[in-house]
Amino acid sequence: MDMINARFKVDWPGFTLDLDLQLPGRGVTAIFGHSGSGKTTLLRCIAGLERAREGLLSFNGDIWQDARTFRPVHKRPLGYVFQEASLFPHLSVLDNLRYGQKRSAEKIVSLDQVVELLGIGHLLDRRPDRLSGGERQRVGIARALAVSPRLLLMDEPLAALDLARKREILPYLERLHDELDIPVLYVTHAPDEVARLADHLVMLDGGLVVAAGPLAEMLARIDLPLGLGEEREVVLDAVIGQRDPDWHLARMDFAGGSLWARDRDIPVGRHVRVRVPASGVSLALQPAGQSSIINSLPGQVEAIGDAEHPGLSLVKVRVGDVSILSRVTRRSVAGLQIEPGKAVWVQIKSAAVVE
Amino acid sequence: MFLDEGDIQAIWLTVRLAGLVTAILLVLGTPIAWWLARSRSRWKGPIGAVVALPLVLPPSVLGFYLLLAMGPNGPLGKLTACLGMGALPFTFWGLVLASVFYSLPFMVQPLQNAFEAIGDRPLEVAATLRASRLDTFFSVVLPLSLPGYLTASILTFAHTVGEFGVVLMIGGNIPGVTRVASVQIYDHVEALEYGEAHRLAAVMLVFSFLVLLALYARRPGKQKD
Repeated sequence: MDMINARFKVDWPGFTLDLDLQLPGRGVTAIFGHSGSGKTTLLRCIAGLERAREGLLSFNGDIWQDARTFRPVHKRPLGYVFQEASLFPHLSVLDNLRYGQKRSAEKIVSLDQVVELLGIGHLLDRRPDRLSGGERQRVGIARALAVSPRLLLMDEPLAALDLARKREILPYLERLHDELDIPVLYVTHAPDEVARLADHLVMLDGGLVVAAGPLAEMLARIDLPLGLGEEREVVLDAVIGQRDPDWHLARMDFAGGSLWARDRDIPVGRHVRVRVPASGVSLALQPAGQSSIINSLPGQVEAIGDAEHPGLSLVKVRVGDVSILSRVTRRSVAGLQIEPGKAVWVQIKSAAVVE
Repeated sequence: MFLDEGDIQAIWLTVRLAGLVTAILLVLGTPIAWWLARSRSRWKGPIGAVVALPLVLPPSVLGFYLLLAMGPNGPLGKLTACLGMGALPFTFWGLVLASVFYSLPFMVQPLQNAFEAIGDRPLEVAATLRASRLDTFFSVVLPLSLPGYLTASILTFAHTVGEFGVVLMIGGNIPGVTRVASVQIYDHVEALEYGEAHRLAAVMLVFSFLVLLALYARRPGKQKD
């Protein structure tokens, strides 16, 4: 069974962690929370770098930790990317990559493959102190992949980089997601990275799990007190269906229909993620007639919840196979007699490809 | 040659003693320094203080206790008697043993600093890259602390060359066995052979300067390669 079962109890002065998680054994699972929420500690416990007082950890049926066993870090089939690349300063880039590769029993991923995947072919002879921050982190990721891990753990791999360097690395992480079938646990506090990379989401707060589940489902849950960022939003998986060069728009097809948004020069057929903020979605009882809004989709109200202000409500609407959140005034909810089960038209004013 | 045979014999003895002590301490000092650098035990303070004792203790005090310990009624003396090795005082091996104690901090402290400077992260990285602890020591810690090893070896060697008080207490003054260079100079002066004392002293002075030069010259610009 492709599954990670993790149960940890940590009691340190000023810090506790108490969680019981079932994580999917495929795709990217984002472990999201503020600093101090315990997300890095969770990752370190899974790696075996930290030993929880009480812990139970199994990966695809293999016991890594229980009351009697504690498999040492170097015997766990994982790769770990640290926040700072932490390359060995006494070794060249190539020797850094080889360090883990030659010690690993598994040889599924070849050195050429990781070098190509992360675009570091021109850096192999360099010393780590001759690399830029972004290059260093790419080598760090390549080094972790070169051991052919069956599980990749990434601890805020972009947090130490500036915006330009993040933009440089994110496409490589997407390729990793698309081309390698390695489950990834990705610790982050950046909503953008979650929206762009994650398939599953675990939200931590104060050492406890707030919620966990598939990303789309999680973002559409109105019972949760917190979203990813300041504003609630959903992220849709979509494919570019058509581009309209005259109006610089692109049609994005998702499981609930299609919507038009600004064209970002992405070719037709490419898989994208589209971000739909709740504040950019309004509701109507009829399809948009004469309006500036170009996206109008039929749906059905699933639930109504509180928004951040007493004057506002969050309405969760089922559109095809996905849920979309709409933030409207409480007065509109009453005036339109919006209630669960009611058919409505979802008008999407702002949607954007996640970049 | 401007040194007489006795001088050369003394220098050769000194070099052998210092080389042997450095080699022994490289093996012995590494685990002690590693433990002191990594441990969170409450014994870390006391053990660290014991290791550092020779830095502040008068050599004659250290020599006195070692002499008692090596004597027929001391623990070391009984041990060597049991093993059929005879008594250690006034032998070359007695000197070696005493010098190991005397020079211990000069090996341990630079190594401890080097190990501490490496920090946890490289060790964690190595573990996630499938390296066992021993493997990590040889493939990561050792290369990263090479400058520390060089400093520690130079200091230990030089400090052993310069010892005098402990030698007099433990080894006495036996030509070719325990009469090292510093004792030879003392003898020359006692015999009012100022010329001979001058020559040997000059050799020691130049040696000490070169050692320190090697040590300090390495410090800046070591990034260049």
